[in-house]
Amino acid sequence: MTALTKLTLTETKLFFREPVGVFFVLIFPALLLVILGSIPSFRQPNPDLGGARVINLYAPIVIAMSIAMLALSGLPQLLATYREKGILRRMAVTPVRPIMVLTAQLVMCAVMSVATTAVVLAIGRIAFDVELPRQIAAYAVAYLLSVVASLAIGLLIAALAPSGKGAGAIGSVLFFPVLLGAGLWLPRDLMPVWGRRISDFTPLGAGVQSLQDAAGGAWPQLLHVAVMLSWTIGAGALAVRFFRWE
Amino acid sequence: MSIIEVRELIKRYDGRAAVDGVSFSVEQGEIFGILGQNGAGKTTTVECVEGLREPDGGSVRVLGRDPHDPELRQALGVQLQESELPEKITVQEAMELYSSFYRAPADWRELLDTLGLAEKRDTQYRRLSGGQKQRLSIALALVGDPEVAVLDELTTGLDPQARRDVWDLIEGIRSSGVTILLVTHFMEEAERLCDRLALIDAGRVVAIDSPAGLVSRVDDERRIRFRPSAPLDDALLTALPEVTSVTRSGRQVVVAGTGNVLHAVTSVLARNQIVAAELRVEQTTLDDAFVALTGKEFQ
Repeated sequence: MTALTKLTLTETKLFFREPVGVFFVLIFPALLLVILGSIPSFRQPNPDLGGARVINLYAPIVIAMSIAMLALSGLPQLLATYREKGILRRMAVTPVRPIMVLTAQLVMCAVMSVATTAVVLAIGRIAFDVELPRQIAAYAVAYLLSVVASLAIGLLIAALAPSGKGAGAIGSVLFFPVLLGAGLWLPRDLMPVWGRRISDFTPLGAGVQSLQDAAGGAWPQLLHVAVMLSWTIGAGALAVRFFRWE
Repeated sequence: MSIIEVRELIKRYDGRAAVDGVSFSVEQGEIFGILGQNGAGKTTTVECVEGLREPDGGSVRVLGRDPHDPELRQALGVQLQESELPEKITVQEAMELYSSFYRAPADWRELLDTLGLAEKRDTQYRRLSGGQKQRLSIALALVGDPEVAVLDELTTGLDPQARRDVWDLIEGIRSSGVTILLVTHFMEEAERLCDRLALIDAGRVVAIDSPAGLVSRVDDERRIRFRPSAPLDDALLTALPEVTSVTRSGRQVVVAGTGNVLHAVTSVLARNQIVAAELRVEQTTLDDAFVALTGKEFQ
């Protein structure tokens, strides 16, 4: 078995040994959708939304939340802990480069996130009659851009945090504005115009709108694609600049 | 060709030289020790050998290669002083994971047997004792079946029995042809294991020699302690050419001298019908050699 496969499998095993992490990454998003879906008014067409239903707006928001949990909280905390404990340094004196650990982590995050997204879409479709995305390719692109932008921010947190605990703290502090922008507390369609304008420029505000557009059959807007790419490049470049293996 | 070749190595931190012109070479099949106090520059030196740090001056070659050469890491086993593993990884998972990094790994089951960790295979890292973690870290350093092993503070945190077991293990590994660079601040370990030692103080090599060689460099005086069975006039002893000093500590007489001082003292005592009770001859130890060569007390 190659080192990368072995690392990814081992990291995945370790992930499943943290019940809190498993709950928030794999179970909580689906649970939240079920809770929101059981509010009767959320399932009714809403005249304020031009006849759309609130639950339909929440499907991409819940997916964005699951991405944020992994990318802003799980990944940086783990990497910073590995650095703090000398695990990356230990790896550096073997034939494997520490970047393999990072790659294994990213592969695992991507797989977990795809699984969560599939579950959320399935629950939405089966339980609450939320239609599956009409434009699958556009949806995949929107999803990929959201994930990559979030992971870049997560890597920047890991690069800047002094310790595993520090990374956890920075992640939690960022978690709220990012999800506020994504519309977790007030979906974008219910936001005032100025609020939606700010949300356009947040990574997951742009992400949620792109997912929503793709679900309705349209390709993401240029602005949102540009916003997500900018976050990816900006945060990614800073992460590369400041990342330390020890 | 030397297995490890370090020449005029310099490494500075904030302008201060932690390693200041260290040179040594380690030959095939040798256990070479780097001995010195905390902060003497031992770990920085081996970190340059391991490729973890970039020297500010001088050169380092291991198996004829640059320490950053990826190919070298297939043949180099390293134990770091402070490095942990993920809390919930089991011993077996860690061994399998690290095995997968190497083209031709050793049998990790055998290693665990030798290190007395076989029964801990399914135990998570966080549940291991300090000594068990240390032994696992040694196992991981050897799992790639290395030609060269660099071991930093090998037996720190081990109880005396476990320490002796690890020393036996290291001797076994050497006899299978592995060259070992050992960092230690522990005299007994250096004396027991090392063929040669570099004594490092304040970033410089003070001396390189075998443990016995280092001792013999300062071994020009020995001390004899005994309790005389009858009152003894010091003048009898100070008159001897071999004796340099006579002091008393309680009822004990301490005679320091050179050459065949023991024979001279016992002859004088016998002629005067005095029996030397509790007679002890104090040999120079590596500790004494360290103090004499660096002018510092060893801790």
